[in-house]
Amino acid sequence: MGYTLNFNLIWRHFDKLWGGLLLSLELAVISIAIGIVIGLVLAVWYVSAGRVVRAIIAAYVEFIRNVPLILLVYLVFYGVPTVIDLAYSAPTSFVLTLSVYSGAYLVEVFRSGLEAVPRGQLDAGKAIGLTPWQRLIHVRLPTMLRITLPALSNTFISLFKDTSIASVISVPELTYGAQWINFNTFRIVEVYLVTTAMYLVTGYTLLFALRLVERRFRTAR
Amino acid sequence: MATSSNNSPALLDIAEVSKSFGSVAVLRSVSLQVAKGEVVTIIGPSGSGKTTLLRCVNFLESYDSGSIRIDGKEVGFRPGPARNSGTRQRRSERDLAAMRAETGMVFQSFNLFPHLTAAGNIMLGLTKVRRKSSSEARSIAEHWLGRVGLAHKADSLPAELSGGQQQRVGIARAVAMEPKILLLDEITSALDPELVGEVLAVVKSLAEDGMTMVMVTHEMAFARDASSRIVFMADGGVSAVGPPKEILAAETTNERLRTFLARFRASHF
Repeated sequence: MGYTLNFNLIWRHFDKLWGGLLLSLELAVISIAIGIVIGLVLAVWYVSAGRVVRAIIAAYVEFIRNVPLILLVYLVFYGVPTVIDLAYSAPTSFVLTLSVYSGAYLVEVFRSGLEAVPRGQLDAGKAIGLTPWQRLIHVRLPTMLRITLPALSNTFISLFKDTSIASVISVPELTYGAQWINFNTFRIVEVYLVTTAMYLVTGYTLLFALRLVERRFRTAR
Repeated sequence: MATSSNNSPALLDIAEVSKSFGSVAVLRSVSLQVAKGEVVTIIGPSGSGKTTLLRCVNFLESYDSGSIRIDGKEVGFRPGPARNSGTRQRRSERDLAAMRAETGMVFQSFNLFPHLTAAGNIMLGLTKVRRKSSSEARSIAEHWLGRVGLAHKADSLPAELSGGQQQRVGIARAVAMEPKILLLDEITSALDPELVGEVLAVVKSLAEDGMTMVMVTHEMAFARDASSRIVFMADGGVSAVGPPKEILAAETTNERLRTFLARFRASHF
């Protein structure tokens, strides 16, 4: 086993990894932002809706949760444009996919949070004369947010890692950059070591930041 | 039938209200009138419908038949279309919210908003429902926190307050809205015994100010001292109504009431 580590080639192409990491973050941030909107709207709708709407939202959630993300990525990038006449770039296609995907997970997080808000608080909101909309904005959502923050952080980290799947449709994010360097230098161990470290550091930084937010919300102003 | 203690129309008029949960009748044709400034205490065994009746007054619970009027205005319903005379419709959510703002409620489990400070809890209704500026709401909140002895806790979150303090904030939140009636639902039942006194003292001072109150309580001594009248409920109906001395007398002829009081004395003294 005469394999000696040589990182020189990695550093020479490091811009592929650095640029890839920035794109990964960009994909994650945009997709999660859209996913939050989808998740919030559907969760609020779900808890106040009748059986039909609930069934439709549940079907969406179950569909997404039972299909591998990579399949959804293929379906949206290769499948949809062949059926309807619509062209979009690979990054756009991936953001679309990950948004819908994260939306389904976030519906579940927000829905269980909304349902965990104690009924007494809603009664108190009614008793002082708040309208249903005011109760949602000023009573239910703030409490829901505090309940769901830990689960939310985990979901965000997980979705950030899922951006690596964009590499299968040649979106030049971090994993794609790693593959490119591997194909061109054959320094497989070195490049994946560095890439792993980059995912780890970024993931931990995100987690740390989110825990700070959690703590801020939990204690006195 | 009990009538209010004077001849002016009752502020709160509950007339033949009935309600069932499925096949279980929780309220059976309950009628009760409360005049302005009265303090009416509802006592009775658990499951007798006390809390449900209270929650019907501000329409946290709907009822099947009868009517509840505050200042002559029906609380949860309005008359149906003219072509269907005698029918009724549930009020719109907006109407219900406006009507609920006219009654204050204090809960057994306090139900403070955990993300808002003591002052913030009181200000929410003042700014969003009463449309007051936040500086005006703040000074009203501080006034009422002072009244309940918590001026120094204005910026504390509920989690930083004791049960007794939380409940006093709950009372301040309700009265700051200047309700026509204050509903108190077993407000000391979740408190440690040594904290009950501070909460009851606040209620007593509100009664002395002439606040109209309907309360459900198990604090018999307090009911005797603070109430204008006591209502004894059993099996979803009003079984006896009268001045405290009359209702709490050991020699009452009402069989159910006598059993309740005897059992109560046995378990509390």
